[in-house]
Amino acid sequence: MSEKACGTGVQTSLNDTVFYKTQRRLALRNCGIIDPESIDEYIAMDGYKALGKVLTEMTPDGVIDEILKSGLRGRGGAGFPTGMKWKFASGNRGNVQKYVCCNADEGDPGAFMDRSVLEGDPHAVIEAMAIAAYAIGSDQGYIYVRAEYPIAVKRLQIAIEQAKKYGLLGKNIFGTDFNFDLSIRLGAGAFVCGEETALMTSIEGNRGEPRPRPPFPAIKGLFGKPTILNNVETYANIPQIILNGADWFASIGTEKSKGTKVFALGGKIKNTGLVEVPMGTTLRHIIEEIGGGIPNGKKFKAAQTGGPSGGCIPASHIDTPIDYDNLLAIGSMMGSGGLIVMDEDNCMVDIARFFLDFTVDESCGKCTPCRVGTKRLMEILDKIISGNGEMEDLDRLEELANYIKSASLCGLGQTAPNPVLSTMRYFRDEYIAHIVDKKCPAGVCKKLVRYEIDPEKCIGCGMCAKNCPASTIVRTNYTAPGHKLASMEIKQENCVKCGACMTNCKFNAITKG
Amino acid sequence: MKSLAELAEIRERMKGKVILCEGSNDTRIVVGLATCGIAAGARPVFETLAEGVKREKLDRVTVVQTGCIGICQYEPVVEVFQAGKDKVTYVKMTAEKAQRVLDEHIKGGKVVEEYLIANANKA
Repeated sequence: MSEKACGTGVQTSLNDTVFYKTQRRLALRNCGIIDPESIDEYIAMDGYKALGKVLTEMTPDGVIDEILKSGLRGRGGAGFPTGMKWKFASGNRGNVQKYVCCNADEGDPGAFMDRSVLEGDPHAVIEAMAIAAYAIGSDQGYIYVRAEYPIAVKRLQIAIEQAKKYGLLGKNIFGTDFNFDLSIRLGAGAFVCGEETALMTSIEGNRGEPRPRPPFPAIKGLFGKPTILNNVETYANIPQIILNGADWFASIGTEKSKGTKVFALGGKIKNTGLVEVPMGTTLRHIIEEIGGGIPNGKKFKAAQTGGPSGGCIPASHIDTPIDYDNLLAIGSMMGSGGLIVMDEDNCMVDIARFFLDFTVDESCGKCTPCRVGTKRLMEILDKIISGNGEMEDLDRLEELANYIKSASLCGLGQTAPNPVLSTMRYFRDEYIAHIVDKKCPAGVCKKLVRYEIDPEKCIGCGMCAKNCPASTIVRTNYTAPGHKLASMEIKQENCVKCGACMTNCKFNAITKG
Repeated sequence: MKSLAELAEIRERMKGKVILCEGSNDTRIVVGLATCGIAAGARPVFETLAEGVKREKLDRVTVVQTGCIGICQYEPVVEVFQAGKDKVTYVKMTAEKAQRVLDEHIKGGKVVEEYLIANANKA
């Protein structure tokens, strides 16, 4: 450790904080350090060295072996071994047109890992795609990025132009006979286009809809040719693996999940932000140490991973080491890395509805189980939330959810019921409270919430009535002993459950139940 | 790029600029200009620093943009790198605060402690 700046003795650097110290940044190694619009700065950080090594010292099969040996698995969510994907697409090199694609269609609510990599270190993705192209024998790549990421798109464009100018994209790279060109395709913001077959259909210029697999893209992908498609974060790891070796990468993480994972921390947490930790780090460590815990002294209730395809991890599983297999075992999934923290004020039925609402909107409509099934699921949830649920609805939810999972065409539908299933698994009592007691324990579901004034505590100041937007608070005839004015009362029939009365009452006379 | 030697040449030339070498008198100021930083108001911060450095002809100081460092909560973030010293992380910056950092820290050599990440939650 060098001397503290100017000898102040004060902690001056972000690197000294707990937030930073326990992270391990591989995919984000250059983010926040280099100027993303300068290829020279990327090169200064050993950029394009891995591409040079691959082209001059390694065979294409050697590259694939190295990636296989590293144990790298897809960071987009499903966790398929990257090396296997490349191997499947590697046959018949030089005789057929092949494509290398990058999935930067990050659509999960609350996730921004890919955006940060593209905005902070775009050359890492370009270099990795060139390496992948060499490995499978391709000369053309596409980056599919959503148009909602204008800064990422701009920096990618600049990076591609710079790489072309330096001859790191184009013909005869490093004086070898390897050629590789790269273009950007903008997505229009449909969530389904993050699914690989829909993404490729969209690049082809058609409406983004998935198609059945097999054939898998490695055999028949973009324009009917063998194609590999990896996520931004997966690519960002590749140059590091080539430079430092597969053994180095495999030494980080757990037995079956190697390396690190980037998470976008959000929700009820002090340090909202982007963190990268070795696989196998516990949820508790991420939330309590790196994330700084839950604000306002509230209690941790659950964490949601995997966005609309994932599930909720309850407090009882907070010590689970996070990797692909552990998350699946507890009914969630890694997903792309969105991690939303929830405290006691979150209603789990409402959370399930929130994510389902998203998938209902984003279902492309091609297959019936997803198009109709998710809509029916949501109707049952709405029924429960509005206080009209029956116990049988729980069985209906479960049955329908399992049908949707097993019969949908693509990953969107197959995972859409996960938020419902996982909240039912861990928070069944909350569902029952909504159905049997007609109460929302967290006080979120408006139709089940009731504000009431305690006439013994109310001093009759009238602040509640003054602030009530529905003018539904009136004075009663009752004056509590010791008080000068008659107490107030909420006429329930016109109450909009906004809570303004409770916020404005200085005497804690209003309860919410 | 026709050869590895050419790449190595750029690498050697640039290395000292990104990670300042021991004994260098240079100062490198980076401003987080990813979506999160810009949304929090990093552009005026960047402009204040870049224009200030140009106006005052501080030719040993470079101001560059960078990506997201991960602490979205504390954006806009400015980090000052000087050889042989710990980097200094300033958080929740504004154009006015940036001007003060320029005057007191960059020109005067005295870290503006109020804006440090360590003091971010005290104010």
